[in-house]
Amino acid sequence: MDWSLLAPEYILAGWAAMVVSVDLFWGRLRKDHLAYLAATGALVATLVSLVYVNEDKSFGNLIQIDNYATFFRVFFGLIAFFTCLASAQYVKDRLLHPGEYYALILLTAIGGIYMAAAKELLTAYISLELLSFSLYVLTSYAKFDLKSNEAGLKYMLLGAFSSAIFLYGMSLIYGVSGTTSFTGIGEALRGDTSEFALAMFLGLVLIIAGLGFKVAAVPFHMWTPDAYEGAPLPITAFISAISKAAGFALFLKLFAEAFMPILDDWRWMIAGLSAATMTLGNLVAIQQHNIKRLLAYSSIGQVGFMLVGIAALSPDAGSALVLHLTGYVITNLAAFVCVIIYFNQTGKEEIADYAGLAERAPFLALCLSIALFSLAGMPLFAGFATKFILFQAAAQEDLLWLSALAVFMSFVSLYYYLVVIKQMYLVEPVEKVRLPVPRMEYAVVAVLTIGVFLVGLYPQPLFDGVENATQFVFAASQGAAVAGGLGP
Amino acid sequence: MDSGWLLFATIAVPLAACLTMMAIPSQYKDAIRWVALAAGFTMFVLSVIVFAVYNYKDGGLQFDLRLPWLEDVAFFQKDGITLHLAVDGISVPLVLLTGIVILSGVFISWNIEYRNKDFFILLMLLVSGVFGVFESMDLFFLFFFYELAVLPMYLLIGVWGASSHFGTYTRTKEYGAMKLALYLVGGSVLIFIGIFAVFVEADKGTFDLSVLGQVTYSETFQKTFFPFFLLGFGVLAGLWPFHTWSPDGHVAAPTAVSMLHAGVLMKLGAFGIIRVGMTLFPEGAQFWAPALLVLGTTGALYGAISAMAQRDLKYVVGYSSVSHMGYVLMGLATLNPIGVNGAVLQMFAHGVMTALMFAMVGAVYDQTHVRDMTIFGGLSQRMPRFTAFFAIAGLSSLGLPGLAGFIAEFNIFVGLFKEYPVFGALGILAAAITAVYILRMLAMAFFGPLNEKWAHLKEMRLLEQVGGAILIGFIVFMGVWPDPFVDRISQSVLALPGIS
Repeated sequence: MDWSLLAPEYILAGWAAMVVSVDLFWGRLRKDHLAYLAATGALVATLVSLVYVNEDKSFGNLIQIDNYATFFRVFFGLIAFFTCLASAQYVKDRLLHPGEYYALILLTAIGGIYMAAAKELLTAYISLELLSFSLYVLTSYAKFDLKSNEAGLKYMLLGAFSSAIFLYGMSLIYGVSGTTSFTGIGEALRGDTSEFALAMFLGLVLIIAGLGFKVAAVPFHMWTPDAYEGAPLPITAFISAISKAAGFALFLKLFAEAFMPILDDWRWMIAGLSAATMTLGNLVAIQQHNIKRLLAYSSIGQVGFMLVGIAALSPDAGSALVLHLTGYVITNLAAFVCVIIYFNQTGKEEIADYAGLAERAPFLALCLSIALFSLAGMPLFAGFATKFILFQAAAQEDLLWLSALAVFMSFVSLYYYLVVIKQMYLVEPVEKVRLPVPRMEYAVVAVLTIGVFLVGLYPQPLFDGVENATQFVFAASQGAAVAGGLGP
Repeated sequence: MDSGWLLFATIAVPLAACLTMMAIPSQYKDAIRWVALAAGFTMFVLSVIVFAVYNYKDGGLQFDLRLPWLEDVAFFQKDGITLHLAVDGISVPLVLLTGIVILSGVFISWNIEYRNKDFFILLMLLVSGVFGVFESMDLFFLFFFYELAVLPMYLLIGVWGASSHFGTYTRTKEYGAMKLALYLVGGSVLIFIGIFAVFVEADKGTFDLSVLGQVTYSETFQKTFFPFFLLGFGVLAGLWPFHTWSPDGHVAAPTAVSMLHAGVLMKLGAFGIIRVGMTLFPEGAQFWAPALLVLGTTGALYGAISAMAQRDLKYVVGYSSVSHMGYVLMGLATLNPIGVNGAVLQMFAHGVMTALMFAMVGAVYDQTHVRDMTIFGGLSQRMPRFTAFFAIAGLSSLGLPGLAGFIAEFNIFVGLFKEYPVFGALGILAAAITAVYILRMLAMAFFGPLNEKWAHLKEMRLLEQVGGAILIGFIVFMGVWPDPFVDRISQSVLALPGIS
């Protein structure tokens, strides 16, 4: 066991403990400074994880630290970093116990990282639970807000239910393949599966349902709108970013390493799930009046687009998916930070409340419009390039109908994003007072918006990095596969 | 210096102007105007240089520039996506057209006071996209710029546009803006799908059109996917029955945006059909040409008849655009050199004259705030120059010899008569109806006894005259000396596959 492989997570966990203690013992520290403290921790862990670039070592056959893991370490570290910064004002104004709040954000990041790094089912499951439990608590963090409590309870009950489904699926897969290791399962499936075809198929269906819940695919999406609406705003942003990204990191790795040999058995299932998800998410989003619910349904629609990448599973589609995931997360965080700023200043979250924002806070309106246009897949911004590449990848795998539907749904999404933009630019403001934007949040939005442009205008470096990362999860399906099991 | 950078500059100059204007605080309205004018003038000069320097004797693609953007990753091979800029004889006049219309558009919009910084930023973004489409030889970037040109439209119309009141009901500018945005992006869904299919079918790992153009696609594939490009680009070209966004959108738009949109953006659609559809899928074009012909003819007639029924000056011009774009599509559907030649000529001619008409309607609307021609009368007595400008645009539109429209329509009709005499006759019928509505408009609004209500009107502002004069210059130039245009266009049209 090479314990040094896990250094970034030691830092994150230690930092989480430190943040709680600092909050406990240094009561007079300004509460928003805790956010900066936690953000520093996330940044330090991110930087340390860069040490492992081009490493390819396994930690007791449980966790694989390769470029795939490193990519997601950096990715999730940065998500935690930006979430902490975006939370500072909100938590100071509205929530109790900030120490635990930031600690939980850091712990969630650990869960996400191990979901991407796990190389066998149980580790993946435990990481998934670490992520989910932290998020359940964070969702219901606004203790005196009924909506927040309801959201947390709903999220937890449905989450526990789906975990059970996921576990049952795992047990079936373990039963037929005799191993929990991803590559081991892949090896077993490459052989003769006729004897246990039914059990394996059932296990696969249950696993898809369990993961489908975590990433909020239709018909397992019911928790999303309520959880998004009830959770404190920065946590809504956090869920939309990390639970999706980590869910898809695991989805991609599990399916590429374990289930690739029986691609034809499940491709239609995922494709159907994807079609249903993008259709429902985007159509229902049209009806929404609350910006959080709008973004919730739009994120369901986005999950449908990402599932296109799983349905078209191939090394190319894998890289395209992770590229899109990165672009989506940056864009979505940018959109949410704008919503958070507006909420901090006004306490409003209906779409109608955004009337005339372009006159009251031009910069904020511009950034939000850029983020929304990017989500709709308009050029100059991340969404155009990454969607184009992702859908092209699906077309490469004979899924032109799914790409076509995805493009059409993207077009539908433009409508409801335009409705928000219309409020900001075309409708006169009710009160013409200028909205002050705090400098810190100004900077966060600016950095994220620059990210949206960078991915949209010059994706080559990012795409190279992503391909370098994803090739590790496809190594087994292409070259010699090593049979494994739980380590000693 | 590599001459391809000239093309790059046409795209980069407006973007640089955007950034410059963003840095200027919005209260310095004059500084913003001057930046816009400087950018507009630079683009005009660049496009004139491109047009003049393009060597029609050599023909083919010139001003070649390749900047790699995405390659050797996933399914992209070498030159997967390159910013590949080049122009041929078909795009050169359209580049010139864009340069002319934007310069004139800046003059016309000089007096916009309300948030003029945002206005010019979006206008420059739009123009940058337009140049990009005409100059891209990479399918990805062609589509990138195509969407970029559509992107600012919603805000341009929604914020600076005007609603139309029809007594009993109102067509709001928000309606026009949303309709336009959704139609155009909806059309691009089809283009998107077509691009995916072409990339997979060609299997070259690149979006470069010069590579994709050399692949021979199977006949079934061509027949299946040509309609995707035809309808997708056709929506922007005002293809009947998907034209309804055009009158509503153009009427709701502020003057300079109508000029650019009817003058240049609609040409993007027709250009896309040539550049992508007809170049990649000659057999598909052959197969679908009759359908295009019928739709184009219907559009030409339908637009003309609708224009005849309008009282709102801007709606007349809007429907006349549908009608004239119908000619373009008819010309393309002939698939013979003279007809396609005529179609490209018509794109240029219609671009200049419709821009002029929208500019003039805008000029009168600025003073009177109405556009109903029945309540005007005798405006020529107060605004003689304005009337002259308008009359020239109108006469060019109905195909008076000596003006730009004549040479274009003549080519189209000759091409039509060679292949489909009946449709040629219908085309001429549409031209006759054009004469009716143009002359009716001139008679009602500008001549006859002066309506005392309008006695206070003044001649248009100097800047509007300058903007109009630039356009008129090119209408007359092309009308009396079409050779520079015909020389450039015809050799490239002959080089298109499937044109004989």
